[in-house]
Amino acid sequence: MGLKTFIQGWPVYRQLTGADPLGRGAAAQSARSAALTARTETADSVARSVCPYCAVGCGQRVYVSDGQVTQIEGDPDSPISRGRLCPKGAASKNLVTSPLRQTKVRYRRPYGTEWEDLDLDVALDMIADRILAARDETWEDVDDQGRPLNRTLGISSLGGATLDNEENYLIKKLFTAMGALQIENQARI
Amino acid sequence: MAEAHPVGFQWVMEAKKRGAKVFHVDPRFTRTSALADTYLPIRAGTDIALLGGVVRYILENELDFREYVLAYTNAATIITDQFADTEDLDGLFSGYDPERYSYDQGSWKYQGHEQQRESEDTAKERETAAGLRHESHGMPVAATTQRDETLQHPRCVYQILKRHFSRYTPEMVSRICGIPVEKFEELARAWTENSGRERTGALVYSVGWTQHSVGVQYIRTGAIIQTLLGNMGRPGGGVLALRGHASIQGSTDIPTLFNLLPGYLPMPHHADHPTFDEWVDSIRHPGQKGFWGNSRAYAASLLKAYWGDAATPENDFCYGYLPRMTGDHGTYQQVLNMINGKVKGYFLLGQNPAVGSAHGRAQRLGMANLDWLVVRDLFMIESATFWRNSPEIATGEIVTEECRTEVFFLPAASHVEKEGTFTQTQRLLQWREKAVDPPGDCRSELWFFYHLGRVLREKLAGSTKPRDRALLDLAWDYPTHGPEAEPSAEAVLKEINGYEVATGRPLGGFPEAKDDGSTAVGCWIYSGVYADGVNQAARRKSRHEQDWVAPEWGWAWPANRRILYNRASADPEGRPWSERKKYVWWDPDKGAWTGYDVPDFEKTKPPSYRPPDGASGTEGLAGDDPFVMQGDGKAWLYAPTGVLDGPLPTHYEPAESPVRNPLYGQQANPTRKVYTHPVNRMNPSPPEPHSQVFPYVFTVSRLTEHHTAGGMSRTVPRLAELQPALFVEVSPELAGEVGLAHLGWAHLVSGRAVIEARVLVTDRLTPLRVDGRTIHQVWLPYHFGSEGLVTGDTVNDLFGITLDPNVLIQESKVGTCDVRPGRRPTGPALLDLVADYQRRAGMTPDRRVPIVTTGAASEAHERTAGGARDGGGDA
Ligand code: SF4
Repeated sequence: MGLKTFIQGWPVYRQLTGADPLGRGAAAQSARSAALTARTETADSVARSVCPYCAVGCGQRVYVSDGQVTQIEGDPDSPISRGRLCPKGAASKNLVTSPLRQTKVRYRRPYGTEWEDLDLDVALDMIADRILAARDETWEDVDDQGRPLNRTLGISSLGGATLDNEENYLIKKLFTAMGALQIENQARI
Repeated sequence: MAEAHPVGFQWVMEAKKRGAKVFHVDPRFTRTSALADTYLPIRAGTDIALLGGVVRYILENELDFREYVLAYTNAATIITDQFADTEDLDGLFSGYDPERYSYDQGSWKYQGHEQQRESEDTAKERETAAGLRHESHGMPVAATTQRDETLQHPRCVYQILKRHFSRYTPEMVSRICGIPVEKFEELARAWTENSGRERTGALVYSVGWTQHSVGVQYIRTGAIIQTLLGNMGRPGGGVLALRGHASIQGSTDIPTLFNLLPGYLPMPHHADHPTFDEWVDSIRHPGQKGFWGNSRAYAASLLKAYWGDAATPENDFCYGYLPRMTGDHGTYQQVLNMINGKVKGYFLLGQNPAVGSAHGRAQRLGMANLDWLVVRDLFMIESATFWRNSPEIATGEIVTEECRTEVFFLPAASHVEKEGTFTQTQRLLQWREKAVDPPGDCRSELWFFYHLGRVLREKLAGSTKPRDRALLDLAWDYPTHGPEAEPSAEAVLKEINGYEVATGRPLGGFPEAKDDGSTAVGCWIYSGVYADGVNQAARRKSRHEQDWVAPEWGWAWPANRRILYNRASADPEGRPWSERKKYVWWDPDKGAWTGYDVPDFEKTKPPSYRPPDGASGTEGLAGDDPFVMQGDGKAWLYAPTGVLDGPLPTHYEPAESPVRNPLYGQQANPTRKVYTHPVNRMNPSPPEPHSQVFPYVFTVSRLTEHHTAGGMSRTVPRLAELQPALFVEVSPELAGEVGLAHLGWAHLVSGRAVIEARVLVTDRLTPLRVDGRTIHQVWLPYHFGSEGLVTGDTVNDLFGITLDPNVLIQESKVGTCDVRPGRRPTGPALLDLVADYQRRAGMTPDRRVPIVTTGAASEAHERTAGGARDGGGDA
């Protein structure tokens, strides 16, 4: 390496002579970082998404390679967030890929002291049976004056504010049709 | 806001850069305070006194935006002479019933409307949180009102308001809130200066306002100020709620709430709405003004979306299938019913009440007394493991081997593993694309509920029981795709939008909804989100390619309108108030409203339009009545009906307070919802004895790095590392008084629980001078529990259950406690400590909290419409 190349490779020289006088971009880049490619550039696909935490609704871009989420960034096009994410939004990749996430159904039988395994289909079927039983046990057809009640107060549900509108719609529709009235979510608290 | 809604806060900083003054009012100095021009510390639970002081300042100095106030509000409207104010009745309004702790609103009416009886039974409205219905519209009132445009009539709203707030002087504000007079005056001056044709001011709040026993009235007071200053319906104005979950707005609009159906249609009440017509008329109010005239179409179209072919005009669209309310079925009533053994099964869908709801112990004891519990979440949360890892296991109140609750934990899909829409805090729907498939058994709620419905219907096939018809006739045939048979979220969104039954054509908006069964609409206020068969919520036109209103980013309800009531951004003649604040205006050449936003007005109704005599529905609204969802088209400074705790906001002390109300004999909200139950003992407050057993005020809120009950943050390594432990912030003065060491331990005791936290001694909290004495406040984040990467005691365990009467939201932003140095006891000794405090404070299991604390109650009761004044006796 000649002296000239050496000096020109020096960050201070590049900062003073180049297009990056504050030294926050190209001037400060090392050969190693110049050779790196961002995960966002090589991703197989990008999904336009929205932060799952608070209700500001910051735009997210979700980068995927080989079927795995590799990066989640703020969406610079969003008029709400202009590409920014707070610590929570910025940790979204950490959220969806957290090793603590449960990916298997867990079952605790009455009086049980440990979790057990259970097939998802079996769980769904058992839950359906329990709904029908609770409904039968607590069903109210009419009030004491014969006016319709059509309901069960034996079933409750809580939650919805972290879920999609489409999901809330189906939840309310199904519970209403089964006569379950006690449906609530975070908006009450 | 900088703490809890950080990215939203960038717009406050933008405004500051352009010269806006930012005021931050908070019991604790936060990241927001650090960036504000002025910070005002306040005693938690006293905001109405502060805001009432601002109302007084405006009225005494005549600083209201008079042109706006005269034309667009009910300031000039005359109120019946039967009305008596809290100034006359020591903190109660006329019509108070001391037996039922609720009001007869007959004496609050507009002059000439006394015979109009909207609500015979406000106690029942409290049980069913009827106030929530008004999230999309105001209460109806009859067409004609009597007005005094000079605002001099002693019973016009303007004068009533002036008298009502006359004692909220700067000195009184200081005495109640602990805010120095100069600071208060600085706020009042800046706020009022920022008003008029050229200027607007914005008001931003969050659950620091709603989670109180007078929460709705906090927001009413803010709305009164914003209305007096002409800040509503205009750019840079408004009362802006910052909501706390990604789609909490959506789950209110398409409610998973007991008292509502989609689009704020009420869930029927067994006594009031036995038939379809009675139900519809209770929404529509035949003969009255405003946009609710079409509600029969919204109601019929919802039932058509629910029950499809089975729903016909002949069978009232299966109205009979809907379950009926008989009273309070809210989440806190449910929890007490669980403890009492009335509830068999419980679903938790991404919510963690063991940590996030008030009175965590009641929550956990309730869950331990179920037959079965289904928890659907991303992570193993405290509400799924109470049977083996909870404070009650340590105290012996829950014994694993004796706890019968069967628990199903079903892992959920994350936000990137499914597609669908969130509605963010400005009513904006944004569609998310799916990035990857969910792992293992993880599934979306859409999958779970669709397939649960499918299985239930298969099991019931052939049933002849009438009760099963509603499930068997349900329109439940959504297309599915992929190996897991995931239902199509887009098909559901199309149903929410609504479509023509015969052709399947998506509707362009709710005006196309019909009441004859020819349209099906899942949520009428969302109609238009799938107009032209295009998913409007998926629009992502860059902010660089459109104007600042950005109408082509997502879709806002209603009708993609970004600012509600934006007709008020023009003057009565339809011209912009000023060039600077131009937003929506009347174009006389085109004969139409136009502007940057979708006008919130009938497109071609000219400003000069005056309704013919006796007109109802939308025809009854004049061309200069911008508040189109209100019965009289006016913003209500005074609410003649609909708000259960009074037509005007009044300062009441929190349900638990160390201070006697300096303004009235009535201590706390006389209509608040209380639950007398052995687990729910409330700490005594003056004038009851023993309030000094719990001498300190505590308040709770969020940290930037954590989210609500911690299920999505204490489980995430990056976030857990940033805020690894529970702590309590105390002032140096309090630390000295109690003997707390920085970084040492303290424990806090209420009449329900004891929790411990590390001590952070900081001048972010300051002792306040209140009514001649020093009040200490402490602050804690409420995110911690016993699961996850970082754990800590659950702060919400300290709270009891007392609710706002209008919406049944709990008071969990202020309570009283004792603070002691060192760690808390463990095991049964912890229960002994609570019992000792209860004994010292006289909190026996059957004690009833005194609701009425003034001798004026009987007079308030007599002064109802047509009451004692007319010699008619009790009404
Ligand atoms: S990034 Fe932060 S501010 Fe934005 S939506 Fe997510 S949690 Fe809210």
